[in-house]
Amino acid sequence: MKTIAELLTILVTSSLINNVVLSQFLGLCPFLGVSKKTDTALGMGLALTFVITLSSAVCGLIYKFILIPLDLAYLQTIVFILIIAMLVQFVEMVLKKYMVSLYKALGVYLPLITTNCAVLGVALLNVQNDYNIVQGIVNGFATAIGFTISIVILAGIREKMYYNDVPESFKGMPIVLITAGLMAIAFTGFSGLR
Amino acid sequence: MSGEKKKGALGLKMDSPMERVFNGLIVENPTLVLMIGMCPTLAVTTSAINGITMGLATTFVLALSNAVIALLHKIIPDTVRIPAFIVVIASFVTVVQLLLEAYMPSLNDALGVYIPLIVVNCIIFGRAEAYASKHAVVPSFFDGIGMGLGFTCAITCIGLLREIIGSGTAFSVQILGEGTVVPGAVGKFLSMYQPVRIFVMQAGAFFVLACLIATMNRIKRNMAAKGKDTSKFGVGGCCTVNDAGKPVKVKHEKEAD
Repeated sequence: MKTIAELLTILVTSSLINNVVLSQFLGLCPFLGVSKKTDTALGMGLALTFVITLSSAVCGLIYKFILIPLDLAYLQTIVFILIIAMLVQFVEMVLKKYMVSLYKALGVYLPLITTNCAVLGVALLNVQNDYNIVQGIVNGFATAIGFTISIVILAGIREKMYYNDVPESFKGMPIVLITAGLMAIAFTGFSGLR
Repeated sequence: MSGEKKKGALGLKMDSPMERVFNGLIVENPTLVLMIGMCPTLAVTTSAINGITMGLATTFVLALSNAVIALLHKIIPDTVRIPAFIVVIASFVTVVQLLLEAYMPSLNDALGVYIPLIVVNCIIFGRAEAYASKHAVVPSFFDGIGMGLGFTCAITCIGLLREIIGSGTAFSVQILGEGTVVPGAVGKFLSMYQPVRIFVMQAGAFFVLACLIATMNRIKRNMAAKGKDTSKFGVGGCCTVNDAGKPVKVKHEKEAD
């Protein structure tokens, strides 16, 4: 029972309270770049969920069973980034071969994900917080869900905002950042859930 | 490839160390002009000292990884250069991380996960791809120094701004608000300041950056109105359209598989 409660805490904390984009500033590039339309935003979110969950599992396993026994924990950054780069390539190939429809939906976002700091960030945070493998996977999944929630909301707002009269200098990126800032204020409300 | 590019794009004199540093600091400032590497810009600028540490750590990685990549780019086959570059960059990031952990543990705690995340900073990869892989070692090294210092200056200024408005301190010295170090009548006047907490919170980062980009947009418009070249200016965020490092990177990654 206790472990399930712990996992639920991680789930809520990582997805809502410490939202990956709005409170930790990880994965900002796709958040600002791929949030013009709701459906592409959702696609990006799902692709990221898939990759982060998988990579936190693989990175967790490799950290525990290879790096720690060999006393190589200080190499974690190098190893993790290579694992993630490899994993993304691999996922892309597998999807291309066996799940063409899914590949068509997610394919364009996959190359962008390697350099997404959220993926590496989650792998490193799992180690920093001493999560075990299951906790790490749940944390990865929850983080990605948090990302999906915020990017879809932002995309929805941006679709509406398209017709608004924005001051000349604030057109484009600045108004999106202001929106994100207001969303960050709204999300601090979730800290009451703790 | 390197000689041809040098003459075509910039001319030999243009690649001197001074020109490179100046270019990084002002002409192609990565944060303010190219608008790349926004994640650390937003995340660590809660205070000026955090900004300066992050900036110098990035400068160190950028200069050395640029130099090593310039040294190795003829040996590394084109198809595997992305992973090779990543390994070079990640190695230097690990060096920085270990040094900070040993000598500045408090700053290391403050910056936390963002130090290892220098690996995925678009500025570093962008410069490796756009400059170091086409030029000689010395100009690449100074390109790294210039770009790094440009980044450092920009995020230190943003950090200072947020720190002064948000908590009334500059480099951890109380200037505005209660307990100000300024003596006399001026001090009394300054101590009436109420810090605007939101500026050191997450939302403040978004607002400050929004105002900054809006200002740059304004400058860009004025320059365009006077008929100057504005093609160097970025559009904000590293994954949006036509930017220095990103589309190249994506293209090559697609080629690689």
